[in-house]
Amino acid sequence: MSGIVGYGAHVPIYRIKVEEIAKVWGEDANAIKAGLNLKEKSVPGRDENAATIAVEAARRAVFHSGIDVKKLGAVYVGSESHPYAVKPTATVVIESIMASNNIMAADLEFACKAGTAGVQISMGLVDSGMIEYGMGIGTDTSQGRPGDALEYTASAGGAAFIIGREKKEIIANIIKTVSYTSDTPDFWRREGAAFPTHSGRFTGEPGYFRHTTNATKLLFENTGLKPADFAYAVFHQPNGKFPVMVAKQLGFSDAQIAPGLLTPLIGNTYSGASMLGLAATLDISKPGDKIMVTSFGSGAGSDSFAIEVTDNIDSKRSRITGVRKLMETNKKYVDYATYLKDKDFIKGR
Amino acid sequence: MEKPSASLWRKIGARYNIIGSECKTCGAKHFPPRIVCRKCGRETKMVDKKFTGNGEVVSFTKIMVPPDMFKDEAPYIVGIIALDEGPKVEGHIIDNGKAIEIGTKVRAVFRTMYVDGDEGPIYYHYKFEPV
Repeated sequence: MSGIVGYGAHVPIYRIKVEEIAKVWGEDANAIKAGLNLKEKSVPGRDENAATIAVEAARRAVFHSGIDVKKLGAVYVGSESHPYAVKPTATVVIESIMASNNIMAADLEFACKAGTAGVQISMGLVDSGMIEYGMGIGTDTSQGRPGDALEYTASAGGAAFIIGREKKEIIANIIKTVSYTSDTPDFWRREGAAFPTHSGRFTGEPGYFRHTTNATKLLFENTGLKPADFAYAVFHQPNGKFPVMVAKQLGFSDAQIAPGLLTPLIGNTYSGASMLGLAATLDISKPGDKIMVTSFGSGAGSDSFAIEVTDNIDSKRSRITGVRKLMETNKKYVDYATYLKDKDFIKGR
Repeated sequence: MEKPSASLWRKIGARYNIIGSECKTCGAKHFPPRIVCRKCGRETKMVDKKFTGNGEVVSFTKIMVPPDMFKDEAPYIVGIIALDEGPKVEGHIIDNGKAIEIGTKVRAVFRTMYVDGDEGPIYYHYKFEPV
């Protein structure tokens, strides 16, 4: 059975506060903060994109795992902001971590859940014996149309997970993974379009809640586990409100989701969101803890995982840069004009 | 858009991972990579050497009037970094809020260096950040 042998994360140091965006559009910052359960979001530096975030996370994952990187057999990078339309992000990652060229690599896109899809593919390849290790990465520098509600949440960050099958290397066994998928156009971005479009307040029920709930219930049915069996739960977090609501609906407490609930502080990192949440949860987990993770990607689908932490987590603990530490170190706030410049939203240059 | 030269991919080892050269004859380490050792000359036995990217600032300057390709980056900081393994390399130093002074410890990070318009390639490169 495959499991996680290492993980790494990256969050840009730049932040913009809700107040800074709200004042430009004449909106009530306090109402937005309360409504979204979010106070600020991460912003990529001018020299950061989904590939550089993937690389930083991947390098930390390789270091944490302690594996011989030449034995990595596959790298899948999930993102909805791949820097090129044609030219893989995954190739940049494999060269930058000095992996072998004898490796499978591809980019994935499934809105905010392409990273967990990469983990599932890696699990299949590892469990089948085709490869020794595989890496799934979720990374994004997501787009929010200026003036749109998404502008308050669309942020940047990513996480990488290395999947292997050597019992002595696994820090967390993946007991089971299931998915729930349907053709639900709740949110999309057409080829060449700079910004995504969404169905506003009507995206929640048919999109996020339907898929997250069904995938999680399917996981319960397949494993016989129930919310009380898990020490922690992580959900995709497009804002700070939805994961709290869906956790409550499914029977999880606020305490169970607290370690992995990062959106209130860094916004929605899209493909990175549930994976960063899992990374932050693993940072504080103890051997024997069970963790439930359900991602969500618009379009729409959810991947759900039941994970059990092993004794090996403690021996690798000193090799990890904690997600909360990454989020809180060297934070730099930018104003709205700098944000527009750094996101290349200013025309005429 | 400028048509990229072969260096776009040929220099990936140096640009992504700070891979230089080490002379097995005299132990001298070089970055960027060299074919012939500066010390040994014809006795050269060069092998690839991956540098850690850790080092300290030897000198730095703030660029206020940049070349066109970096026109939207200014002001930015460029410095000379003495790598822990010996060689001195030039590189951009990210302003991460920590003071940059001579002697500041830095580590290498992976960033874009230059994006060639809307249709050209993206040039990735190491940069340094204070630790």
